[in-house]
Amino acid sequence: MQAMIIEALSWIFIISGAIFLLIGAIGIIRFPDFWSRLHALSVCDSAGMILLVLGMMLQAGLSFITIKLAIIGVFLFITGPTATHAVANAAFMSGNRPKSYKDDKQEEENA
Amino acid sequence: MIKAILTLLSLAILWVLMSGLFKPLLLILGAVSILITYFFMRRMNKIEDEPITIALKPFKFLGYCIWLLKEIALANWAVTKVILSPRMPIRQNLFSIPHSQQGDMASTIFANSITLTPGTITVETEPGYFLVHALSFSEDDLDALADMDGHVAAIEDQRYFKTPSYQSTHEKVED
Repeated sequence: MQAMIIEALSWIFIISGAIFLLIGAIGIIRFPDFWSRLHALSVCDSAGMILLVLGMMLQAGLSFITIKLAIIGVFLFITGPTATHAVANAAFMSGNRPKSYKDDKQEEENA
Repeated sequence: MIKAILTLLSLAILWVLMSGLFKPLLLILGAVSILITYFFMRRMNKIEDEPITIALKPFKFLGYCIWLLKEIALANWAVTKVILSPRMPIRQNLFSIPHSQQGDMASTIFANSITLTPGTITVETEPGYFLVHALSFSEDDLDALADMDGHVAAIEDQRYFKTPSYQSTHEKVED
């Protein structure tokens, strides 16, 4: 009974993590420009990663693999945002400026 | 000396956790790789011998991690709604957020927390403030980020800093 609950829980985590990855991918396609696409990616990075690692940890049970997965999760937790920041900062440095919502409003008024 | 033993011990524990194998050949290879790693660490210390102090309160830090996970879950839901809604209510904005942490470690944690929560990304760091890009900006975001700033400042251990803590500029504006 307990094994079944853990199994079910792990599959719930894995499937919902996969759904978040899919949502992130949809966002990358749908969003209009570079800056908004970065935000779509961070859905994959946080929710997708956490849920998948949690699900896999429940699948592995208490073993060395669980510890490795935990270490992988912690590292991704640190390196994910650092990489996102590096990409965003590189774009900012090379002069790629995001549209601010005030610009959008002005365009609408002009049109 | 104690430092060397502790370093070697923690490397050994890490090796055992990662491999989980206890054949004699592999144990020897593990010991050799630990020694090589330690040798590299010693050499790197010669170039830059400034120890990094982790000026954090451990239990408060754990509490912050749990709070951050909750924030990430909420922000994920918000961004998911933006992605899946047919109209895509994007309202991009670039704005600056003051940070009140004193150490590099805590301000790094704050900047990474901003990027980790979907919907906001730290673009540029300047002394005293961060440049943050938001996907669907609203005036509440400023308060939410100031709240997060306060949470990160609270996990800092003030004993490591001799200068008195200065007030965050954001709080002054509110007064």
